[in-house]
Amino acid sequence: MEFKQFVFYFFATVLVFAAAMVITVRNPVKAALFLVLAFFSAAGVWLLLQAEFLAITLVLVYVGAVMVLFLFVVMMLDINLVRLREGFGEYLPIGGLVAVLLVLEMAIVLASGQFGPERMPEPAALPADYSNTRALGRQIYTVYAYPFEIAALILLVAIVAAITLTLRRRKDTKYQDPGKQIRVNRNERVRLVKMRAEKKT
Amino acid sequence: MTELALSLWSWFPGWSQIALLNLGKIVLIIAPLLLAVAYLTFAERKVIGYIQVRIGPNRVGPRGWLQPIADGVKLLLKEVIVPTNANKFLFVSAPVLTFVPAIVAWAVIPFTDTIWLTDIDAGLLFILALTSMGVYGVIVAGWASNSKYAFLGAMRSAAQIVAYEIAMGFALVGVLMAAGSLNLREIVHAQAGGLHHWYFLWLFPLFLVYFISGIAETNRAPFDVAEGESEIVAGFHVEYSGMAFAIFFLAEYANMILISALTAVMFLGGWLSPLDGLLSPGVLAIPVLGGLLGGGIHWLLAKITFLLFCFVWFRATFPRYRYDQIMRLGWKVFIPVTLVWIAVIGAAKFLTPWGFPPLH
Repeated sequence: MEFKQFVFYFFATVLVFAAAMVITVRNPVKAALFLVLAFFSAAGVWLLLQAEFLAITLVLVYVGAVMVLFLFVVMMLDINLVRLREGFGEYLPIGGLVAVLLVLEMAIVLASGQFGPERMPEPAALPADYSNTRALGRQIYTVYAYPFEIAALILLVAIVAAITLTLRRRKDTKYQDPGKQIRVNRNERVRLVKMRAEKKT
Repeated sequence: MTELALSLWSWFPGWSQIALLNLGKIVLIIAPLLLAVAYLTFAERKVIGYIQVRIGPNRVGPRGWLQPIADGVKLLLKEVIVPTNANKFLFVSAPVLTFVPAIVAWAVIPFTDTIWLTDIDAGLLFILALTSMGVYGVIVAGWASNSKYAFLGAMRSAAQIVAYEIAMGFALVGVLMAAGSLNLREIVHAQAGGLHHWYFLWLFPLFLVYFISGIAETNRAPFDVAEGESEIVAGFHVEYSGMAFAIFFLAEYANMILISALTAVMFLGGWLSPLDGLLSPGVLAIPVLGGLLGGGIHWLLAKITFLLFCFVWFRATFPRYRYDQIMRLGWKVFIPVTLVWIAVIGAAKFLTPWGFPPLH
């Protein structure tokens, strides 16, 4: 077995194992940590495909930011596992039906012969100075500039919507204005009181 | 003797030669790094001591020079206590999770034009991805400890790192726009030509944002709310003892050295001499002086040392930030500053005839 093949099978095994653990492990924090492992292994597989920009961005965005926030939320939740498992029997038939349907659909699509290895020849080897990042940037900012901008705008709308949904100003909260705090001078805070010295009687 | 060594060497198969060579290079990087980490703890205690008109450690060895070794031996011999109901696997792996990214990132740092372990095209992204992973050790440690104080520290750290990560990333976007490359070696080359070409001048706001975010990211004072001795005992590592604690400690200092090295490479011209391009070849040909004044690894080390001194200096100077002030600084000051400067760079580069930086 070639070394590259060994690396692929290693990452793929870890990926499948971690993905299975995400849905089977009982503790939600452990599930989130297994999801991190799954992202990491997926990044390894992408690196083998010479997609170094996507692989590193996957680690940067999902492992470095999204999953941190996710863990943050999951750790704060006080999840009662007994109550969570109460309705398991009721949902099993519907959930199972959806799962079977999904597997069936995937099997139909993948077995249709459209995705066989003979249909997709191995891409030609890239030159040594080929930069994934540069190629991707050129595509996004020239050919696909408008779709990219539209996607960015939609995300912006989502951000604004999320903030407006959660933003509520309570009247009893005290806000600070750092600019005002810095601009303050002595006369506003300290009052010099003239007093006569007391005399002993 | 050399012939014997060479014949022994050729006896290894080709793939193992490459592996052994790289292993040797890795040891050559990591061994001095760990020594530097050990002596950075000593330097910190000495410098803070002198700033506070004390002497600092001076009992172990001549003038206290063996202090870090004594500390290490002491921590090594102490018991590692795992709290009841703690998740043992995560509890033990958390210190490793903080330490590993700080070491791995050195793989892409160029020490000079010719000395580096790897020279990858997406070096900057690699660094950014790795530095963002250090937070997992803190979060996992806080959660696995099964302790309220540790958990509070982990939560604080997670929120803080997410906030400062974005500002840090935007600061690096500015560097990559100015240099036109993600490769760290090419970023240094783009700063060639003397002190006034270095990016800390042309990207001054980004330099400040990056370095301050770096201090926040390493959980150092004045951003050390994750530890906060006076508020939550020791934060995320309150339950750790012995060697497990020592690894957290080492990771903090290794991260400090890493952030200093990255700041030196990206904003202070890496291995380049400040007189680069100003000296005539005649001066550079002088045996010792020319080597010292020309570029080389000694300049990089000097810059790293200066930045590390700043880390210690800040710790001795500033009181700890309040938590809401940290958040305000990260989200409301740093991110707008970086965004504005990125727009300025873009406009200068493509709308003015001089480009950016306007020197060539």
